[in-house]
Amino acid sequence: MSTPTTHFSPLARALHWLMALMVIAMLFIGAGMVASVSERHEWLLNLHKPLGIAILALVVVRLIVRFTTHTPALPADLPAVQVLAAKLSHYLLYALMLAMPLIGWAMISAAGDPVMLSSSVRLPSIVAAHAETFAFLRKAHRYLAYLFFLTILAHLAAALFHGWVRRDEVLDSMLRGKTRG
Amino acid sequence: MIDREAPYPRKPPLSTPQKLVRLAGIGLVVLVAAGAFAYVNGSLDPQRLTPARVVDVFEHNNGIHPGYRRNHPKGICVAGYFESNGAAANLSKAQVFASGKTPVIGRLALPTGNPYSPDSAAPIRSFAVQFTQANGQQWRSGMNSMPVFPVGTPEAFVDLQKATAPDPKTGKPDPTKPPAFFAAHPEAQPFLAWVKTAKPSASFVTETYNSVNAFVLVDAQGKRQAVRWSLVPEAKGDAPAPDARDYLQQDLSDKLASGPQRWSLVLTLANAQDPTNDASKAWAGEHKTVNAGTLVVESDSAQLDGNCRDINYDPLVLPSGIEGSDDPLLAARSAAYASSYMRRTSEVDQLKAAPAQEKQP
Repeated sequence: MSTPTTHFSPLARALHWLMALMVIAMLFIGAGMVASVSERHEWLLNLHKPLGIAILALVVVRLIVRFTTHTPALPADLPAVQVLAAKLSHYLLYALMLAMPLIGWAMISAAGDPVMLSSSVRLPSIVAAHAETFAFLRKAHRYLAYLFFLTILAHLAAALFHGWVRRDEVLDSMLRGKTRG
Repeated sequence: MIDREAPYPRKPPLSTPQKLVRLAGIGLVVLVAAGAFAYVNGSLDPQRLTPARVVDVFEHNNGIHPGYRRNHPKGICVAGYFESNGAAANLSKAQVFASGKTPVIGRLALPTGNPYSPDSAAPIRSFAVQFTQANGQQWRSGMNSMPVFPVGTPEAFVDLQKATAPDPKTGKPDPTKPPAFFAAHPEAQPFLAWVKTAKPSASFVTETYNSVNAFVLVDAQGKRQAVRWSLVPEAKGDAPAPDARDYLQQDLSDKLASGPQRWSLVLTLANAQDPTNDASKAWAGEHKTVNAGTLVVESDSAQLDGNCRDINYDPLVLPSGIEGSDDPLLAARSAAYASSYMRRTSEVDQLKAAPAQEKQP
């Protein structure tokens, strides 16, 4: 049987797992940094910004890969509601991967702060300094981060459901290049 | 759609107990992940000192004044420039130290937590400055007119705020608490010795403002030098403060009407044995100092619509060539200011709604 029909392309899988690691690290870094007044706050913040921009760059690559490579179809016997949940949660994950770094970047811009990725690398501001805009974006960044984390939990639970309970090919399609057994 | 049933070998269905065990396994994985997140974000530890809890302490002590900074809320915006003489350019590669002018937006303020405090409420004044370099990098510094900070750690600082919290019954601090705090915090002695002799100044422009915290200058070769800095006023004077509620703003406007006001930016270079991680300790003895140039204040404006209003004077907003030291107060200030900034920027609409003078206590 031809494997391309049942598995994500190697590049898509590599991007998925790399970004999974980065995004989860990012959510934990963000949550830890806003809950700390120690030096940890500073070094987490210094990780958070360049990592966010790296995610932004990678998600653009990933979207291109997604549209140009084969995406395995869901199992034919998957209930319609699960198909819908799968599709919507995937759209949401892509939207958040794209939006969160942009909101973070815009939020620092709106605060009138220089957007520093390191002690000397500065990105341009993408939004004019404006207190109300900052407040809105800052809240959005927080609540969307929680939504992001919850969506990832649901994604994780669904993946394990496919792998452990339904025992269909869905989890395998992202785990490996060949069908098991 | 491609028919995917064919290549996929169906496995025999699970029994109900098998299914339940596996579902429980999924539940456990999700629970562990959510628990780890709750641990990291502080939800599981109500005792952890978080930026929000630091700001809560200020709100508890001072009440909430929507739209205002949670500390040092009474202040005035100023604008001008820094004229570097180039003397510090060999210590730091920051553009601000190369000869020439760098625009500055500053804020002169009282160190109390209430925007309606009388100007004599504390014998300390503060000066926050933002230098914007030509390359877009910024240097922000929040300075105070005391030479040392009362304590050296954020935990002790929060305990100090709690020790001076007003009793809900009397509206005044419990008189037994501050002595108990200071007995437990001998590191506060240098500050206490200074504050005993300090008097509220009649003017912002005659005060010396100190970084208090240590920073590190980095030169073009990567050589590092720990420093503290001060703004030393050109205007001299130790006139007693007038017997009035508000006088600093009028004085500043009067002084500026007669001409720009100037401070020298003096860098004090740390000796080998100087602590950089403890702002409660003075750097005693002989020190090399470098006068890096002159900060010139040309104009002032009310803070509610001035251009300093929306600046978070985070002391860790630094250009390449200046870095934070190992002083734990720096990260704490940065983190707590961010929390205060988040709260007050959500409330700016309320600033216009409540004219300042009607709300005097």
